[in-house]
Amino acid sequence: MQKARLMQGNEACAEGAIAAGVRFFGGYPITPSTEIMETMAKLLPQVGGKFVQMEDEIAGMGIVLGASLAGVKALTASSGPGISLKQELIGYAAAAEIPVVVVNVQRVGPSTGQPTSPSHGDIMQARWGTHGDHPMIALAPWTVRECYDAAIQAVNFSERFRTPVILLMDEIVGHLRERVVLPEADEIKIYPRRKPKMSREEGYQPYRSDDDLVPNVANFGEGYHIHVTGLVHDETGFPSGSAKITEEVINRLHEKINRAQEEVILYDEFWLEDAEYAVVAFGGTARTAYEAVRNARARGLKVGMVRLFTIWPFADAEIAKLSKQVKGILVPELNYGQLVHEIERAVAGRCPVKLLAKYNTEIFTPQEIETAITEFCK
Amino acid sequence: MRSYEKYFRQNRLPHMWCPGCGNGIAMKSIVQAIEKEGLTQDNTVIVSGIGCSSRASGYMDFDTLHTAHGRAIPFATGIKLARPELNVIVITGDGDCTAIGGNHFIHGARRNVDLTVVLFNNNIYGMTGGQASPMTPMHKRATTAPYGTVDRPFDACKLAEAAGATYVARSTAFHVQHLTDMIARGIQNKGFSLIEAMVQCPTAYGRKNKQGQPSVAMKWMRDSAVMKVAWDKLPAEKKVDKFPIGILYENKYEDYGTAYSEVIEAAQK
Amino acid sequence: MKQIRFSGSGGQGVITVAIILAEAAVNEGKEATQSQSYGPEARGGASKAEVIISDEFIYHPKVQRPDIVLAMTQKAADKYYSDLQEDGLLVIDQDLVPNPPPFKKVVSIPITKLAVEKLGRALFANIVALGAIVHLTGIVPLKTVEQCVADRVPPHTIEKNLQALHYGWEAAEQAKK
Repeated sequence: MQKARLMQGNEACAEGAIAAGVRFFGGYPITPSTEIMETMAKLLPQVGGKFVQMEDEIAGMGIVLGASLAGVKALTASSGPGISLKQELIGYAAAAEIPVVVVNVQRVGPSTGQPTSPSHGDIMQARWGTHGDHPMIALAPWTVRECYDAAIQAVNFSERFRTPVILLMDEIVGHLRERVVLPEADEIKIYPRRKPKMSREEGYQPYRSDDDLVPNVANFGEGYHIHVTGLVHDETGFPSGSAKITEEVINRLHEKINRAQEEVILYDEFWLEDAEYAVVAFGGTARTAYEAVRNARARGLKVGMVRLFTIWPFADAEIAKLSKQVKGILVPELNYGQLVHEIERAVAGRCPVKLLAKYNTEIFTPQEIETAITEFCK
Repeated sequence: MRSYEKYFRQNRLPHMWCPGCGNGIAMKSIVQAIEKEGLTQDNTVIVSGIGCSSRASGYMDFDTLHTAHGRAIPFATGIKLARPELNVIVITGDGDCTAIGGNHFIHGARRNVDLTVVLFNNNIYGMTGGQASPMTPMHKRATTAPYGTVDRPFDACKLAEAAGATYVARSTAFHVQHLTDMIARGIQNKGFSLIEAMVQCPTAYGRKNKQGQPSVAMKWMRDSAVMKVAWDKLPAEKKVDKFPIGILYENKYEDYGTAYSEVIEAAQK
Repeated sequence: MKQIRFSGSGGQGVITVAIILAEAAVNEGKEATQSQSYGPEARGGASKAEVIISDEFIYHPKVQRPDIVLAMTQKAADKYYSDLQEDGLLVIDQDLVPNPPPFKKVVSIPITKLAVEKLGRALFANIVALGAIVHLTGIVPLKTVEQCVADRVPPHTIEKNLQALHYGWEAAEQAKK
């Protein structure tokens, strides 16, 4: 264990990425994610990595994909409008199966919105922001320490599944400074870059999937002469116009993550043993919700809480299970109502689901959530 | 072994370009320049954007990357900085490079990243059937300029020079040996090199602009291109309807990768 | 748990001193959170930075009812004192807050005046204020704060900043008497 430090969420994210082996950052400054970029500019060259401030958000996405294809773990970070601009290449990464992490420190939108204020307005964008069908992994940390851990987890998932991962932070934790104790290097598990298991002569195909449905695509410069494209491609990596292959590829992109749900879907449960009602929360809002639930329990209300760390893929099974136990689920979100729709879908009418929405640039107070809990429990 | 057999993916050929298209000539010139400069297939990466030109990457037996529309240069920059020992050659088109990718083009040049960018200029969006590009000459016709375009075209070479490229050259599909030489010199330059390769597009551009016969377009290139040395001595009135070919600009300046190694050094002090 | 709000106008350095106080608390083995408001509000208008110090993990990260509010301008004083705890403390800059808000416990300290008269520059005012707050809250030892100030400010200004801290501390002691 390292010495305790006062650290900002954005800094922790950058340091976590470096601990996970990220040695390349390209991006464009945008509030409230800029401290990630600034921290990377300072720290990456210290560890022999590279940092480039690009001409725009799209270039910031393109350069990290190039670096990743050349075998260097890479990350970019942005917010709001920047994430919208990056979408095409996030889809490219999903299709061409390039490991990369995109940090989104959410701010109020749409458009320029309220650049310095917190929001959870990009929950659905994280899942459905690009065109076409592909799965997405999105993680939402709730503490500064977890920004560090989530960056490592996101990098590991991106390598393990060869897919883009969205680190879905919010301004609350991004700009918050708090006490953290970081792990020592030997406590950190790192998923290494996948390697080809055979030579060209032995019939290596870059997009032939392994047993876990994930391909072992070679890095550029290792003599495999691979071809990478955003067109639908078969296991050779070359474009294919075949209906059958198109369907197979889209199935595999989804299935490689679907079949690993237990590994990917991570969450915390609090006070569920005797809970008759539950709050489901995530990100910075979960901190406030925790305090509200704790206060409500102190007043004798049988309420528990689920804190989602993995936002996508959605924790269907866990929420379905919860809905069989409790009489109602309260969902506080800093938006007009997004994750609540997924929760309603998973609950499938088994219990009432109530949205507590806030979208005025301010975060919830514990009293607001506690009052909603009290009302709900009546 | 003939270079054709060595450097192309035989199982990906024949290519998909129209009969009479100039892209194949430019692609072959790249390969000959690679051979001439002694680059290997294992240490060279070909990066392309989207469009007719950018399909070239799929035919070439190297590590190859067919990126998204306009984005070849940022991807290529990432590869070059991540693995400086690799030679990175970008194949792009006039629409890919100067319209949707225009910002990346000028900033790649500004940073002087060690890339060799070969711009296949066919003056049109060929793959999608002949829409005007920023390099369609004034008053030429396209499906999106049925009365002739009134949008002034870019001179990509001047643009690259102004933006900071350290090697800028132009040649044509007619001047094959010269084109190969221009690309080879671009590979030699440690910095951002732009080679504009003028190529004929008989199908999407030519048919609308009296160059439907590839030979007509080739003759036009032969008769309109003037070597840089001669061009510089030409009086203004004789430059009308002609264009210079050859090395148009050269400068020595530290490339981005070298500059960044100084950042690493400073950070590690 | 102690909730402290630093307020003033953009450029007075309230965020810096909030960070220093939180850092000192962490160095003392305590939990601490620090947050601030950004944006147009922080430029010219009233700006604020908040610190919570506790022995346990702090979940809700923002101040709800401050124990102490520092106001370095009239505008900040008017805007940020009203949710103080009933037995809380409002600390104001004597000269920059000419009309103290109607609050039970107000401590008036010539913060900026001390910075200018003793150290020659108003930019030390935030550290003077920090010295006063450290004394008035008693939540972290002055020694720990001294170290954090030395770590955060430019090396050639360490000495003057430490002096500023002490002037603030002494002024708070005077004011309490």
